[in-house]
Amino acid sequence: MKKELKLTVNGQPYELYVKPKTLLVQVLRDHLGLTGSKRGCNDSSCGACTVVLNGMAVKSCSILALQADGAEVLTVEGLARGTELRPIQKAFLDHGAFQCGFCTSGMLMASTALLLENPKPTKEQIKEGIDGNICRCTGYNSIIRAVTAVVKGEYKEGK
Amino acid sequence: MLKDFEYFAPKTLKEALALLDKYQDECKVIGGGQSLLILMRQGLVAPQYLISIKGLSELSYIKDAKEGLKIGALTTHRAIEKSPVIQKKFSVLAEMERRLASIQTRNWGTIGGNLCHGEPAGDPAPVLMALNATLTTTSLRGERNMAVGDFSRDYFEVALEPGELLTEIQVPAAPPHTGAAYTKFNIIESDLATVGVAVSVTLGAGDGVCQDVRIALGAVAPTPIRAKKAEAVLKGKKITDNLLKEAGEVASTEAEPISDIVASEEYRRELVRVLVARVGKEAFARAKA
Repeated sequence: MKKELKLTVNGQPYELYVKPKTLLVQVLRDHLGLTGSKRGCNDSSCGACTVVLNGMAVKSCSILALQADGAEVLTVEGLARGTELRPIQKAFLDHGAFQCGFCTSGMLMASTALLLENPKPTKEQIKEGIDGNICRCTGYNSIIRAVTAVVKGEYKEGK
Repeated sequence: MLKDFEYFAPKTLKEALALLDKYQDECKVIGGGQSLLILMRQGLVAPQYLISIKGLSELSYIKDAKEGLKIGALTTHRAIEKSPVIQKKFSVLAEMERRLASIQTRNWGTIGGNLCHGEPAGDPAPVLMALNATLTTTSLRGERNMAVGDFSRDYFEVALEPGELLTEIQVPAAPPHTGAAYTKFNIIESDLATVGVAVSVTLGAGDGVCQDVRIALGAVAPTPIRAKKAEAVLKGKKITDNLLKEAGEVASTEAEPISDIVASEEYRRELVRVLVARVGKEAFARAKA
């Protein structure tokens, strides 16, 4: 039997009816069409499904959507302001912080949550912040460099 | 694929206990659910009714009292890791949490859910056993209290009766001159322990003699276990490197590890031998400090 689910995703409120077994990542991708969050390993190993839920990074493949009832979710689609990319996105581009791009949305969201909690992380803290995210193109160093550039204030928020 | 189930999200503990009492064996409790959902996906667990207690804020707390620490079962790993009082007075708990899985998992996962999952390689149980922690389970029939070590029964099996919920974990205040440490060996930092070792040492005032010691091992038996023979090696003696080495050797004979994809039995025994001495040394140094 379907149940009512209220979610705010990227500032937009939604009211849906979902089967209890529906995962948060399925609601985002299949119900709302927000396919930026990837369903990779499906068992919270890879981090490609990482979203920011009530201000903290979580793996949306391992959370029942109904358990997020009433929550505010930020996905990679909610980062840019119109066509203006956010600093973390610009830094990823400039530093080549991806190759195939599959891990990128998760890396961006893990980094975003890290910077929300701690705007001045050390290199060690940045590593810890993306520890739950796997990049198989071995892009960790460039990702760390990208986050570091944001921490150093090399990218300004758009107007 | 997950099988369908009926879902309840009670708003109070009372409501949750009433549901648990009603559905008994046919229901499963879900906290964060990051471990449970894996089992459900594999079809190993297929509850008809799922009772989500994640929203029970009354079970999410960290209270520091004279007799010790009280942690609500639904406190997240991340909250424990970040708690100033835990970092100050029970730092080994914060250190353990910091190495438990990844930040995402710690943000959503709960200490009670971890213990109820009964994973023998889990990090919290051995540390809590070394700290002589107890826990409380609650049902409509009342409360039961037991040592954390008595809660684990077998692989993925704990001492919860149908209708019961784990509600609180208590960590007693440590006596003076006590030090505790934990480490685990794992290949990927965010992974479970290949072997985990927790040690708590209490020294006599001024004489450096080991008054009390608790050594707990993870991932070397169907449940986390105490290495009591190794404890006996240290108890009542002045702790030296040689004695710690001997304790490690004895502990490696007490462990009953299996061989699996992560490590062989022999390798796990070797890890126990090395880590008991290493973690014991760290706990000893902290007790002296």
